[in-house]
Amino acid sequence: MAKITFITSDDETIVVEGTSGSVMELAVEHNVKGIDGDCGGVCSCATCHVHVKPEDMTKTGPASEIETDMLELDDNADEYSRLCCQIEISDAIDGVELTVAK
Amino acid sequence: MSDSQQKCVVIGASHAGVNLAFALRKEGWEGQIILYDADPELPYHRPPLSKTYLTNEEGMSATPLKSLESYERDNILLKLGVKVALVNAEEKEIVLEDSSVQAYDKLVLATGARPIVPPIPGLANVKNVFPLRTVADVEGIRNALGDNPNKSVVVIGGGYIGLEIAASLNKLGSKVTVLEREERILARVTAPEMSDFFHQLHVENDVEVLTGKNVTSVATENAKNNVVCSDGSTYPADIIIIGVGIHINTELAEQAGLTIENGIKVDATARTSDKDIYAIGDCTFHHNPHYDRYVRLESVQNAVDQAKVAAATICGKQVIYDAIPWFWSDQYDVKLQIVGLSESYDNIVIRKEKKDQPCFSIWYFSGDELLSVDAINNAKAYVVGTKFIKTNQSIDKVKLADNAVEFKPNNLIFKSNND
Ligand SMILES: Cc1cc2nc3c(=O)[nH]c(=O)nc-3n(C[C@H](O)[C@H](O)[C@H](O)COP(=O)(O)OP(=O)(O)OC[C@H]3O[C@@H](n4cnc5c(N)ncnc54)[C@H](O)[C@@H]3O)c2cc1C
Ligand code: FES
Repeated sequence: MAKITFITSDDETIVVEGTSGSVMELAVEHNVKGIDGDCGGVCSCATCHVHVKPEDMTKTGPASEIETDMLELDDNADEYSRLCCQIEISDAIDGVELTVAK
Repeated sequence: MSDSQQKCVVIGASHAGVNLAFALRKEGWEGQIILYDADPELPYHRPPLSKTYLTNEEGMSATPLKSLESYERDNILLKLGVKVALVNAEEKEIVLEDSSVQAYDKLVLATGARPIVPPIPGLANVKNVFPLRTVADVEGIRNALGDNPNKSVVVIGGGYIGLEIAASLNKLGSKVTVLEREERILARVTAPEMSDFFHQLHVENDVEVLTGKNVTSVATENAKNNVVCSDGSTYPADIIIIGVGIHINTELAEQAGLTIENGIKVDATARTSDKDIYAIGDCTFHHNPHYDRYVRLESVQNAVDQAKVAAATICGKQVIYDAIPWFWSDQYDVKLQIVGLSESYDNIVIRKEKKDQPCFSIWYFSGDELLSVDAINNAKAYVVGTKFIKTNQSIDKVKLADNAVEFKPNNLIFKSNND
């Protein structure tokens, strides 16, 4: 079980819990604004971009090669960016805070 | 009438219709939003149906586009399992199958497409024949596989969907044969080099891929089906999957008297020839500004982007549809990403990366103008290609083809000798 905090671009804070699947799916399930997940979670659309709180990066791990490449399409990407369809929910990411990219 | 009494009615609740509904709320639409779909399932992602739907251990169900709660939260009325029978544009109302009537102020047609089932003699008598468009289709395949997926499957049509389902069924343990009428698979959509790559990939994975195979009939004897081709060859099939393309759903638009060409014709704001009726997604024939021609696309990107433009327009904003198309396909462990439209290319450049896994890209040009890129396991090529297409910047083909030149836009910009 992992508790995850999303902060949307309207500064809304949404705290949700998940046990399996990807963080993108969890966000869509809870209607988190700004996470569209258009490709259904296969790293093809970059509409699930979040900024991980810097100190939580150790929990989520860094972006993979394909994520890093895809994120180059987004001018707002930075070193804390992830495509959250590529973050699996597990106990390991309990407590992370993710800011939905603009 | 106050804004909150306005009604926006949407026919078709899939990638286009659902995204439109949520985009309307985002743009500030205060009126009612009513979404109709004949499919009883909570609207879902279609691409996984041919890819991971059958093979996912956890995923026995479709991936919803939005949760039910999201529709409630945004006050979007979802009417599923309801077929719309008629659009009466003069009265501004639609008629449902049960003859009940729903008035609209704005109507959006997001009716998409249905699979073509070719009139092959004998096909109609066969039990386990499936097109591939809906959850019900894939559930049909799942049931036909039953407890023993080690079955003979013939896939008619070597397009993306046919090849993806072939890969999925192969993974489950079926013996799959793909029959393609053209001389190569993916003939309509990619260069021969890419067709060859995918052909090889399937053969390596023990999927039989046969081209130049025109299916002429299906013979059934003692509950065994044989797919018969014009050259006399026959292929036994416990299950037949049809992947020969789609037929767009324009019937409602025709009745409403809208202009139809290769799809429902819409302007840059997704408006049809009736000022209160919009059309979005697979069912539209629309102008692409970058390529300066009318196109009909079958992609999630187009459905989503047109939905956003239509929603903004309905809410009185000034936007136009000006997107570079993109698409993807996943087969086995290979990821294909496409950006742009390659049609009318006259030369290509192939760039291969130095990697153990296949990792390369095909760049389609008309003269020196980059039209499109097909990238295999190579998101970098996809991204670099997207940037060049968007900016219309000239690319140095010699450097592009040279995998020793680091793959960065700045390294690849064409500089003439005079600079
Ligand atoms: C197996 C498969 C794999 C795919 N893979 C990819 C991929 O990898 N990448 C990609 O970009 N695209 C892919 N696509 C294409 C993509 O799914 C479509 O482009 C997209 O679904 C188009 O969305 P749409 O809303 O315009 O139309 P559709 O998805 O066709 O939806 C139209 C909806 O309208 C409803 N409808 C029609 N007429 C009526 C009526 N009279 N009354 C009520 N309801 C009606 C239908 O029931 C349907 O649900 C794939 C498609 C399939 C089938
Ligand atoms: S959902 Fe498409 S990249 Fe994450």
